[in-house]
Amino acid sequence: MTDMASQIQKPREPLSIGRGITWLRKNLFSSWFNTALTLLSLYVIWLVVPPLIDFAIIDAVWTGASREACLGPDAGACWPFVWANIDQFLYGRYPSSEVWRVYVVFALGAIGLVPALIPAAPAKRFNLIFLLVAYPVIAVTLLAGGRPGLPAVDTSYWGGLLVTLVVAVTGIVISLPLGIVLALGRRSSMPAIRLVSIVFIEFWRGVPLVTVLFMASVMLPLFLPEGVSLDNLLRCLVGVALFASAYMAEVVRGGLQAIPRGQYEAARAGGLSYWQAMGLVVLPQALRHVIPGIVNTFIGLFKDTTLVLIVGIFDLLGQVRSQLSDPNWSVPQGAITGYLFAALVFWVFCFGMARYSAYMERRLNAGSRR
Amino acid sequence: MENRFQALLMGLVLGAAIVYLFMPIAKAPGPAGNRLAAVDRATGEARPETAAGDTLARVRERGELVCGVNQGLPGFSNPDDKGRWSGIDVDYCRAIAAAIFDDPDRVKFRPLNAKDRFTALQSGEIDILSRNTTWTMSRDTQLGLDFAGVVYYDGQGFLVHKDSGIAHAADLDGATICTQTGTTTELNVADYFRSNGYKYKVLSYEKNDEALAAYDDHRCDAYTTDASGLAAVRLKMKDPSRHLILPEIISKEPLGPVVRQGDPQWADIARWTLFALINAEELGVTSGNVEEMKSSDSPRVRRLLGGEGAYGNAIGLSDDWVVRIIRHLGNYGEVFERNVGTNTKLGIERGLNALWNKGGIMYAPPIR
Amino acid sequence: MAGAAARDKRKIGLKWSNPAVRSVVYQAALIALVLYGGWFIVTTTQANLARLNIATGFGFMDNTAGFGIVQSLIPYTEESSYGRAFLVGLINTLMVAGIGIVLATILGFFVGVARLSTNWLVSKIAWAYVEVMRNIPLLLQLFFWYFTVLRPLPAPVDSLSPVEGVYLNNRGVVVPSPVFGESSAFFGIVVLLSLVAGYAVLRWARKRQSATGEIFPAWRTAIAIVLGVPALAWLFGGAPFTLDFPAYRGFGFDGGMRLIPEFIALLLGLTLYTAAFIAEIVRAGILSVSHGQTEAAYALGLPAGRTLRLVVIPQALRVIVPPLTSQLLNLTKNSSLAVAIAYPDLVAVFAGTVLNQTGQAIEVIALTMAVYLTISLVTSFLMNLYNARVAIQER
Repeated sequence: MTDMASQIQKPREPLSIGRGITWLRKNLFSSWFNTALTLLSLYVIWLVVPPLIDFAIIDAVWTGASREACLGPDAGACWPFVWANIDQFLYGRYPSSEVWRVYVVFALGAIGLVPALIPAAPAKRFNLIFLLVAYPVIAVTLLAGGRPGLPAVDTSYWGGLLVTLVVAVTGIVISLPLGIVLALGRRSSMPAIRLVSIVFIEFWRGVPLVTVLFMASVMLPLFLPEGVSLDNLLRCLVGVALFASAYMAEVVRGGLQAIPRGQYEAARAGGLSYWQAMGLVVLPQALRHVIPGIVNTFIGLFKDTTLVLIVGIFDLLGQVRSQLSDPNWSVPQGAITGYLFAALVFWVFCFGMARYSAYMERRLNAGSRR
Repeated sequence: MENRFQALLMGLVLGAAIVYLFMPIAKAPGPAGNRLAAVDRATGEARPETAAGDTLARVRERGELVCGVNQGLPGFSNPDDKGRWSGIDVDYCRAIAAAIFDDPDRVKFRPLNAKDRFTALQSGEIDILSRNTTWTMSRDTQLGLDFAGVVYYDGQGFLVHKDSGIAHAADLDGATICTQTGTTTELNVADYFRSNGYKYKVLSYEKNDEALAAYDDHRCDAYTTDASGLAAVRLKMKDPSRHLILPEIISKEPLGPVVRQGDPQWADIARWTLFALINAEELGVTSGNVEEMKSSDSPRVRRLLGGEGAYGNAIGLSDDWVVRIIRHLGNYGEVFERNVGTNTKLGIERGLNALWNKGGIMYAPPIR
Repeated sequence: MAGAAARDKRKIGLKWSNPAVRSVVYQAALIALVLYGGWFIVTTTQANLARLNIATGFGFMDNTAGFGIVQSLIPYTEESSYGRAFLVGLINTLMVAGIGIVLATILGFFVGVARLSTNWLVSKIAWAYVEVMRNIPLLLQLFFWYFTVLRPLPAPVDSLSPVEGVYLNNRGVVVPSPVFGESSAFFGIVVLLSLVAGYAVLRWARKRQSATGEIFPAWRTAIAIVLGVPALAWLFGGAPFTLDFPAYRGFGFDGGMRLIPEFIALLLGLTLYTAAFIAEIVRAGILSVSHGQTEAAYALGLPAGRTLRLVVIPQALRVIVPPLTSQLLNLTKNSSLAVAIAYPDLVAVFAGTVLNQTGQAIEVIALTMAVYLTISLVTSFLMNLYNARVAIQER
């Protein structure tokens, strides 16, 4: 740590071979043990990286119309399999005449999200209202249809990345407010409210998501009056959202605990109501403390969306698995290619969220340090 | 102690908003359904007599039949790349739609996995389950369901790799078998190996595709399901000629449509639609000659096609209900040949599924 | 607070502006809402079950299961009951979770320390490992291990055999299994005694140190006893077990111990995934101990090893253990993904096959959830005890 600080303050040395050698000696070959570690690391890299690059890029088949293209003796990844099925991976079996609706929803989401993520962009409040209130309404209206001019598209036709995003976004939009409410409830001074919150949180945190989804898909129908039936996807959404909100509640509670009670008391003494005190004084500080935790919960939720494939909903991973059983594309390396593609998509989303949260954290901390 | 309860209130409002948002997705209950649910809750007893016709009324009101089918089993229910379904199970549902609406396309097919199928029917998500489901006593009596008849007489068999040298089920002693969770096959395998004193290992997968992939990769020595299903999945293999269906059939698998218990009229419609298909074949009524046959002299044909008596009316349909079915779908023999018969890729002989007077056991009670 | 409420009451009376009154009303309303919700669900469900004529109760647990399970640590046949199948699933879950916990913790500590290594390459590799593993869904990783890594292994006939008696094939890994002979009881007692002796040395050394201040190399002695004595016993008393080598017969191997690929894939996936999270926790824990602590310990003349053991690790552990526990709980819960790759864990056997055969969704799912809930609550309880023990005693 101290080394780093002193390095930062040092004026930059001009780039030179000598400096590179110094760096190498210091960071890689400072002792026999360190040298051994370096060699071992190089060996590990040599084991993993070249075969991966060979498979995914150099030996990979990039174009072709059918499985024959990928049947070569040393063929690597079979990317034509992905190109050929890209529609299914994006939106499942959504009717092709209605696909424009999916693209509009994707585009609107991007338009709403990008300025919201850039701190300098104007009209934050309007932007967030659009993203959190108007956008879900528009998106659901467009995707589900069933209104004049928009034929209904049953959710059993939804699939791929569309379902992954629908589940993840719904989970995020519901779990944050619900989690805050539950966290406040758990710290409430009213015993009944506290008890209900604790039982709710501990229950959802104590069981695996798979059993929650099983419950949603086979048990929930028995809880409802005869004739009322919920869509399978909707049932899963409810399960995922409740599950995520319990985790969110614990993260938010951690933030609330870090705020000294004096803050709340001072706000109340200043004449603010409970909600004003919480909303204007305590929560903004508490949430800032736990941004990494909140984003981690989002990332966890995003990864957990894959579990819906176990109850027969085709998210991105489920769709990849389903296309793998297509005999027209059955090649030995098809499965690896499909998983590589899915892994890449998930990784970009999750890693992106993590990086963004780190960036925001630094920004906010810089503010408080000043 | 300020308004902390508002927190929960907010949650409820939020929940309500979300429910509202998804209303078009959630299927709203029909008025009849609501009323009856109230009755049921109040008495907590079996549904009263007035319930008859409930499902039919709901289907009519909705304008389409919701039919639970297999997610993909060639010959029984399989979507093509445009999402159009075909197969015996699918045609059976189309027959009901034809009988009700005179339009075989007013069906919504809901693909279900083995595990969710009964729940979907129990909860009213689907009107009828036509998903190569084996009729067993426990399913008929303990799940609140009724089987309407047998669409296809099947039996469980094994698919093996040709190069394994296995030629008979007896060679499977010690083998590993792949199958799907939630089916009768898991139990039949256990019964078969146990009664023969063979050792075996069974791997049960949640999804049929996974079970099949595992077998294909030699994780298992054999894959087991109904013989008709074996013919279908063999086609899905990279190289069908490298797989062999063993001659032994180890169980009885009468596959048939299922309805909820407690709606006798709907059960009658399901049952007699099937019988109408079979009777039509027996009486020689086909999609080609149904219009001429209407003026047939045979009283049996006339009763079938609504020329005599009011049989359709008795089950809440129009009297020309069978004409509608046969016009759109053809008789049982046509449905069979079109989907799984010897001229299709599956190439299945009629066998047990031939009419009773042609060496099979397909037998329908008469319409009179 | 109650006193204040009482005073308020006297002053304001039963008015809405009285916070105590409002509090009671809110709580009563919530309780009423929860009770009504519960009542609604229970009565609706009862009505549905009655209407649909679905069997209820746990009577089915005694019925014959009638299906096979591919891996069972306790005797189980098709004639066994559903209750027995439940036990088999539970034990399979505990086994994969237990082994996974040990492996993930070890690997996680290694990677976490590697992240802090002064060796640039080592820390970057550890960083890449963590970022790749924790940003890809576990289910995807399981599919990867199960369907693409373990599947292309050869059929049993052409098994790879890296070491005599160990066979790798697409049916799993077969290793020789120990068969305990006559001398095994004697050997077991020796191992037990040496453990007790090792522990006694540690205690004695600690007592002596706190009494006299003299330091005794207790750990080295203890390890020497625990390892050395059984080794001597082995040398002179003969091997406590013989190895049963697997042999190829018919469809596979007879004898030996077999780890099915479903188990291996699940274990690999759970371990590698969870280790990435543990590594981050370990890193944060070590970083949380301020450098001044180490320097102070050196200044007091403590050698490096002792500084680590007595100063750094105890403080780091205080930060590490709570999130570590929750990761290990996550691993246990994540083991339920077994259902996707046909490993017969509790969810796959009980909430899968048994549910399907009996159709009693409510009982089966409730029991499954209760098991995980119990594991989770018991762990939290123990965790709270530990936290209370290690909490900084503020005076």
